[in-house]
Amino acid sequence: MSVLVYTENADGKFKKSIFEAVSYAHAIAVQNNTNLIAISIGDVSAEELTALGKYGAEKVLNVSNEKLKNFVNQAYASVIAEAAKKQSADIVVLSNSFSGRGLAPRLGVKLEAGVADGAVSLPDQSEGKFKVKKTAFSGKAFAIVELTSANKVISLTPNSYKIVETSAGAAIEDFSPEVKASDLAAVIKEIVRATDKVSLPDADIVVSGGRGLKGPENWGMIEELADLLGAALACSKPVSDAGWRPHSEHVGQTGIAVSPNLYIAIGISGAIQHLAGISSSKVIVVINKDAEAPFYKVADYGIVGDAFEVVPKLIMAIKEYKASA
Amino acid sequence: MKILVCISNVPDTTTKITFTDNNTQFNTNGVQFILNPYDEIALARAIELTDGGNGTVTVINVGEISTEPTIRKALAIGATDAVRINAKPHDAWFVAYQVAQYIKANQFDLVLTGREAIDYNGSKVAGMIGELLDIPSVSIIKKLDISGNQVTVEREIEGGKEILSIPLPIVAGTAEGVAEPKIPNMRGIMSARTKPLTVIEPVEVKTFSEIISYETPASRGQVKLIPADDAAKLVELLHTEARVI
Ligand SMILES: Cc1cc2nc3c(=O)[nH]c(=O)nc-3n(C[C@H](O)[C@H](O)[C@H](O)COP(=O)(O)OP(=O)(O)OC[C@H]3O[C@@H](n4cnc5c(N)ncnc54)[C@H](O)[C@@H]3O)c2cc1C
Ligand SMILES: Nc1ncnc2c1ncn2[C@@H]1O[C@H](COP(=O)(O)O)[C@@H](O)[C@H]1O
Repeated sequence: MSVLVYTENADGKFKKSIFEAVSYAHAIAVQNNTNLIAISIGDVSAEELTALGKYGAEKVLNVSNEKLKNFVNQAYASVIAEAAKKQSADIVVLSNSFSGRGLAPRLGVKLEAGVADGAVSLPDQSEGKFKVKKTAFSGKAFAIVELTSANKVISLTPNSYKIVETSAGAAIEDFSPEVKASDLAAVIKEIVRATDKVSLPDADIVVSGGRGLKGPENWGMIEELADLLGAALACSKPVSDAGWRPHSEHVGQTGIAVSPNLYIAIGISGAIQHLAGISSSKVIVVINKDAEAPFYKVADYGIVGDAFEVVPKLIMAIKEYKASA
Repeated sequence: MKILVCISNVPDTTTKITFTDNNTQFNTNGVQFILNPYDEIALARAIELTDGGNGTVTVINVGEISTEPTIRKALAIGATDAVRINAKPHDAWFVAYQVAQYIKANQFDLVLTGREAIDYNGSKVAGMIGELLDIPSVSIIKKLDISGNQVTVEREIEGGKEILSIPLPIVAGTAEGVAEPKIPNMRGIMSARTKPLTVIEPVEVKTFSEIISYETPASRGQVKLIPADDAAKLVELLHTEARVI
């Protein structure tokens, strides 16, 4: 018995959400008195791989195969399942990233495992059960799911588990899985990644704008505020429907669900569908000219005022704070 | 071209989610059920792809008889026919297993699902069907085009996108961007009543997971309001009190 964590890389680097997944998987290994093995697929430097040890991985299986350089759902699932079997891992952990969402269900089927997707805390293993808390109803609630199968797959919601640094480096071991041609039917033509921007699902801070901002030409100040805070941009649905911002920034029940440390909502009314996607944010700040806006009911801090006056003042204040810090 | 669209019946997006029986049951009292918004997108794209008699669109739902209004809505929007597998959808695995059995017996070129069902949000059904049939799956796509036997999809990744080319058959989970949802017209609504809706019984399958109970998010305290001309105060509170900057 052991725990296996899949450490997805982006251009050869691991993101914070992966360190969270490793820390989380390590805590599960400790709960079960066993060890944690990581598996990395693609071109990742030895240094980067060794660093996974800091978060609790004892050993890293490194799959470096030209055919598996880029993520192909079907092939990666086969590789991870093969590793799980060879390492007698009965619990497989991954991050609930876009790719993770493609992998987890395939792994579940391969390993005949119950899948807890979007876990938000450590499993409760009391009374011989294995219960995981996960998001449900698009962030409006949580469900406690019991995994009753011998094997288990858990995908962790980003920003829901704190990174824990433990031991030193991990031992790297090459792993050469079997690769079936039929698993490589999907061919990647192009990968476009905006490297200069903070990606929304991973962001610690999110600055979000709504219809109250009147038009796309007014996003300059929103972008400036986000840049100053190292934040990702988001928006309400009508804003992306109108084409003011791309769909990839739309948060809410029918958009992306985020759980940053800080969510700043500007000119957004706080409709139930919007709140669904952001309610697990740790701290919520609302800037809206209408003191009756529903968003204030779920906010921690609020400024009632015109965004076109408040935001520039906020930008000034942050600059001053940064200069003095 | 034969397209299968998996549809789910979910609480309307305005629903306030509450639970009964000591937080073990979702309270459906007064809840309006709708066609899952992402499945509307999948359906709309399927109809576009078969436009002008270029194939058929079958919708499939795993659900009890109460889901039939949602199935009829899909027929009104433009699906050719419908299948209901007569069972409570225990979890994504149960649904995927039933649908995969149906596909094995009936063969489709393309299987579409929504990126996720807005009730239990697993984003799992597409991948599980793909694995059960041993064909490619793409979980969250923003675009889908078909040329001959090749599908080109645009998949969302953190901070970007990826473009893939895959031979049919595949299973794909659709998100915004793939198509605009279609609203049924009068003719559609009329014809929906007579379009075939086949009900089949489920096959038996092991279960691997069970929902034990639910929780609602902890409510936040009273909002702290800061005067509009004192942005510095907000910055200070975010630093010293909330410790998020
Ligand atoms: C099926 C379905 C799914 C949906 N899914 C989503 C979803 O996932 N995400 C989502 O966001 N929405 C979703 N919606 C839409 C949702 O119901 C709301 O319509 C939407 O969130 C409102 O966006 P908004 O707050 O930007 O705009 P509005 O509701 O128009 O609010 C604008 C706000 O800006 C304020 N304002 C105006 N001017 C200023 C100013 N100068 N300074 C400061 N404040 C100002 C106003 O007081 C108001 O509160 C969905 C709706 C449906 C039917
Ligand atoms: N009961 C069901 N019957 C048919 N299809 C379903 C059902 N539940 C979910 N689906 C499909 O699977 C998609 C993803 O659901 P999920 O994996 O549960 O998030 C949905 O958008 C539907 O297309």
